[in-house]
Amino acid sequence: MEQVKCECGHVNPYGTVLCESCGKPLEHTAKPLLDMRYEGSARRSQTYNKTIIDKIWNFFSSVKVGVWLIVITLIASAIGTIFPQKMYLPPNVTPAEYYEDQYGWAGKLYYELGFDNLYGSWWYILLLASIGVSLVICSLDRVVPLYRALKKQGVTRHESFLRRQRLFSATSMEDESFLETVKQRLAKRRYHVREENGNILAEKGRFSRWGPYVNHIGLIIFLIGAMLRFVPGMYVDKVLWIREGETKEIPGTNGQYFLKNEKFVFETYEKGKDNPAFNEAIDRVGSGMVAKTYQTTAVLYKRVGPTVPGEEPKLKKVKEYRIRVNDPLKYDHYALYQVDFKLNELNKMSFELIDKQTETVFGNLSIDLNNPKPSYDLGKGYRVELLSYFPDFYFDDDGNPATKSRVPNNPAFVFKMYTPDKPKGEVSFVAIRQTIEPFGDNKYKMAFAGVETRNVSALTVRRDFTLWILGVGGAIFMIGVIQGMYWNHRRIWLKLVNGEVLLAAHTNKNWFGLKNEVRAIIEGTGLMMPIDQAEEEKKEAQGGKGNGATK
Amino acid sequence: MKKQRLVLRTVILIVLLGAVGYTIYSNFFMEKAEIKVGAEAPDFVLTDLQGKTHRLSEYRGKGVFLNFWGTWCKPCEKEMPYISRQYENFKKQGVEVLAVNVGEPKLSVQKFVDRYQLTFPVVIDREDQVMNAYEIDPLPTTFLIDKDGKITKIITGTMTEEMIKQYMESIKP
Repeated sequence: MEQVKCECGHVNPYGTVLCESCGKPLEHTAKPLLDMRYEGSARRSQTYNKTIIDKIWNFFSSVKVGVWLIVITLIASAIGTIFPQKMYLPPNVTPAEYYEDQYGWAGKLYYELGFDNLYGSWWYILLLASIGVSLVICSLDRVVPLYRALKKQGVTRHESFLRRQRLFSATSMEDESFLETVKQRLAKRRYHVREENGNILAEKGRFSRWGPYVNHIGLIIFLIGAMLRFVPGMYVDKVLWIREGETKEIPGTNGQYFLKNEKFVFETYEKGKDNPAFNEAIDRVGSGMVAKTYQTTAVLYKRVGPTVPGEEPKLKKVKEYRIRVNDPLKYDHYALYQVDFKLNELNKMSFELIDKQTETVFGNLSIDLNNPKPSYDLGKGYRVELLSYFPDFYFDDDGNPATKSRVPNNPAFVFKMYTPDKPKGEVSFVAIRQTIEPFGDNKYKMAFAGVETRNVSALTVRRDFTLWILGVGGAIFMIGVIQGMYWNHRRIWLKLVNGEVLLAAHTNKNWFGLKNEVRAIIEGTGLMMPIDQAEEEKKEAQGGKGNGATK
Repeated sequence: MKKQRLVLRTVILIVLLGAVGYTIYSNFFMEKAEIKVGAEAPDFVLTDLQGKTHRLSEYRGKGVFLNFWGTWCKPCEKEMPYISRQYENFKKQGVEVLAVNVGEPKLSVQKFVDRYQLTFPVVIDREDQVMNAYEIDPLPTTFLIDKDGKITKIITGTMTEEMIKQYMESIKP
């Protein structure tokens, strides 16, 4: 690949469109205006295409490819929201059946195409990764030549470069006294003015051109942070359901920490109890309808000594804390957030043994629904045996009583009641609001006497060492956006040729602002206001006429 | 120049593909944390229905068929008699069965054991500690542990009797 030497003497890399120094077009183009994208520099990807490495590089270097990757990812992400993802299905359901039952053939298709775990699928991650690769390569391929072109740009520009700028005018001037005024005004507007053989290049806000690349760096750092979540130990996100009074191992801590739920409190705004200022709002929605506090009073323990799961742990109290929404318990980089709750889970149920006819009570018993005893002695020869226990009772496909889970949502019992007059015992099946006597009419009955409930709290266990990386990435992204959005890269060229002053100007955005600035700078100097050749072109297409401004 | 460019591009591509590859690999092919085939099975101590404690490390030298189950789980219920029958054949050959119930009331577990006349030790993981350590998600999940305490296979979902027989055969010391 040879390099290209321009008539101004500058040697350009192969593929350059506009000479880096003087701006003379190196390739013949029919368009009247120059394409100033990337300063007409040689984008390397477009020029070398030899090896397989180059081919891969060129694929990812294409902005078109990058945009398609983003579009495909957006569509895929949208599809993922049509039906719930697998992880959000209710527990104890089979996904294969659930999707079809709930959503018909569409659900079945959804499941079979693997959209039930879309955001964790290999192809989705591959798409995201491709976007990352595309970002890196696109940026590298453009920022290096652009930097080079801006660094090497000459003050003296070729006439054809100036004439084919969007803003251009040529004025015949008698003397050169206007130059000083223009230079002063440019400097006052914080232009960096360079001079060479009476030619002027005034430039400001070049750093705005780096904005897009700075924001890509931010995005890449963000993606790296997201990737680090897969490194073991960097990221923990678990849920802990814990009943009042329970002490449980905190998942994700390798058995190191335990938590005791002392109490879970759910409070609402009530009329008369709260600040009268709230009365109107409370009236509107009803007293006791708006949640005020979700709070778990918790005690954090650390395990002492070696960790053997299942062994009764030796615990050392670390901290007591009232966990509320957005007010987590934090310790050792772990944070426990209040996320969910269940009020009034059945805890204990009590029954009375009565004679069905006389309703005489022969004693009562209280059953711990999480650990019932096999037999309850009521004294005086009265005894009740618990033959079967179904914490979450239903009739299975064969019509037998069974349990759906280990949670006492709907407890049912099979009792055998031994009494002095029925020494062989009577069997009774008792569920909420129903009693079945499978072996004929019983004399005795287990009468429901009351329940004791307790609340269950759900906490999210989080440890995230990637958060600061995401923060840094996000901040850099934002800096890049601001840099590119709020500053413009403006350049104004002046060239004296045969008693004519060529004035051209270019900006990467906000042409209106640039025109105003040029107008203010040349005011009263006798220089012609440059004409917007792009607009002229548009007018011409509509039947107008014009070709630069000449005096 | 050209050579330098090729080297530079290759290096950048390798770095990028390395990062992508690692992410995908760690996400899909690496078993999370220490629970994976070939790793040592985490030790635990649990108590059975008779009050006897069982420590996994005390089973060194024998193959252990470690089954996590619950009484409400129909597939668990289905495979229990198979496990029980195969256990009778294999216990003389040094294969032990440890059935870990996932924290149900002792009563429920006892009734279940009585109904299926299970003779192998059934322990209850009352506080989910062992379940957490083994990262049990669906039930049933079975771990095959060889005489050196290494996990040789993880089976999630229900097994046929033929499968159980083969698995027990595979961990014979």
